[in-house]
Amino acid sequence: MLVKQISIFLENKEGRLAELTSILAEEGININALTIADTSDFGILRIIVDDVKKTEKLLKEYGFSVSVTDVVAIDIDNVPGGIARPLSMLHENGISVEYIYAFLAKKDDTAHVIFKVNDVEAAVSMLIESGFRNTAKL
Amino acid sequence: MKIWDKIESISLDEMRAIQDKRLNQTVKYVYDNVSYYKRKMDVIGLLPDDIKSCDDLYKLPFTTKDDLRDTYPYGLVAVDMEKIVRVHASSGTTGKRIVVAYTQEDIDTWSDVMARCFARIGTDTKDIVHVAYGYGLFTGGLGAHYGAEKLGATVIPISGGNSRRQVEFLTDLKPTVIACTPSYMLHLYEVMTESGFTLDDISLKAGIFGAEPWSENMRKEIERLLHIKAYDIYGLSEITGPGVASECTAQNGLHINEDCYLPEIIDIKTQKTLGLDMQGEIVFTTIKKKGMPLIRYRTKDITKLFRDHCECGRTLVKMERVTGRTDDMLIIRGVNVFPSQIESVLLEFSQLTPNYQIIVDRINMMDVLEIRVEMNENLFSDEVRKIELLERNITTAIESVLAISAKVKLVEPKSIERSEGKAIRIIDRRKI
Repeated sequence: MLVKQISIFLENKEGRLAELTSILAEEGININALTIADTSDFGILRIIVDDVKKTEKLLKEYGFSVSVTDVVAIDIDNVPGGIARPLSMLHENGISVEYIYAFLAKKDDTAHVIFKVNDVEAAVSMLIESGFRNTAKL
Repeated sequence: MKIWDKIESISLDEMRAIQDKRLNQTVKYVYDNVSYYKRKMDVIGLLPDDIKSCDDLYKLPFTTKDDLRDTYPYGLVAVDMEKIVRVHASSGTTGKRIVVAYTQEDIDTWSDVMARCFARIGTDTKDIVHVAYGYGLFTGGLGAHYGAEKLGATVIPISGGNSRRQVEFLTDLKPTVIACTPSYMLHLYEVMTESGFTLDDISLKAGIFGAEPWSENMRKEIERLLHIKAYDIYGLSEITGPGVASECTAQNGLHINEDCYLPEIIDIKTQKTLGLDMQGEIVFTTIKKKGMPLIRYRTKDITKLFRDHCECGRTLVKMERVTGRTDDMLIIRGVNVFPSQIESVLLEFSQLTPNYQIIVDRINMMDVLEIRVEMNENLFSDEVRKIELLERNITTAIESVLAISAKVKLVEPKSIERSEGKAIRIIDRRKI
């Protein structure tokens, strides 16, 4: 449920994202989940990869500003209200969500959600107690 | 700690007597031996006898870089060429090249003032001095070399460039003192840590840094990262090279070797001489040089002169760290802006490495100032709002120092070109 996510500072320059993902591809690093937060000048690329240490070291060698963040991943039912339930529970427990992204697994139609929260430990224990789990291979 | 030359600690009256005598001799000397100076003095009806003491200095005409260009290459040489033993030249990046010429006596004087500078920071015969200033036409390398050798230290004449080799020498030969530009020191530190070395692998205890303006904050940064004492040294090829002035261990102003290089501060606009503690352009008259003496040379460097009772025992007048150059000064929307001001603000956000670039443009008849600052790992957050807040905080701090608005843009690490020697910090795209 607790997953290490890598965040990378990128300038909004043409081809920069292609460059970065090619570096990972050449080293055989697979990206399991990806999202970008962007402003007019810069973006923050957030990725979940199969080898966090290797990716972090590699990107630092290439001169990127990189940080590793603990995020929470859970499965949710791909039905109306599927995301609303865990979000309401987090809110009721006083845990705030800083950002969120989701992806859909092909096989079984399960949706996977990734949260960045202000209190990771509290969020994880609360979600486990409420029966949530994570089956996504991240 | 040893004072190299007792002239550095004589009384003010004694110093003044030496200066009066040497100035008087120098003026006679250039009048008799340099036709360019004779003409300049004749035009304003000035005779060598009119200059009796330093009080008469203001009567003399200035010498500018243009004078050196106009007389290129040997027009200001005061001796037969057979007496000249060396020339140095400055790069032609800001105009036509200039050349300076030295007699053996000039080289000896220069070595002596450089030895004083090394002694001032506690260097002695047991030290190993790593000279990473460029050797060759630039005066930095050879100037530091001759001074350290005269002092009796061990010199590593590695010159500039090839940073990986520099790191090998720092870690293998264990020099204790380094001489280079402050930005190159930070660059070497980066290369050193990237190569997997730590401070345990080097033995540096002090550095003597110059050849480019730097700030008090940059000093703190160098001292914090490298655990060394960082000292400022000042000089320019036209006057002799490095060694015109340098800090002692008090780190409070640079002692000027005023028995050789007579300083004055002038108002940039009125060109009138200013007193102690007033900021303006520093102007030097060489009063011991034989090969190519210069009268009231306009350095374009901005600083002030002051005296204090220095704990090191030297009585030499002090100059403040150079805060900018009259030709580096940007006038943006009518406000004088020095890159050093921006640098000091950036360093307040202490985790920022001081790599930045100032871009001035004119859009719709308005000057716009953009400052690009490299992101670094300590500053980076994976939350957009925190990075935006950082940009806003830097912007606010810069605006409060400069009193004009600026756009601060955080850019990727190492995206601003690194320089092995002098850093070019400014891009001015205005077409005026």
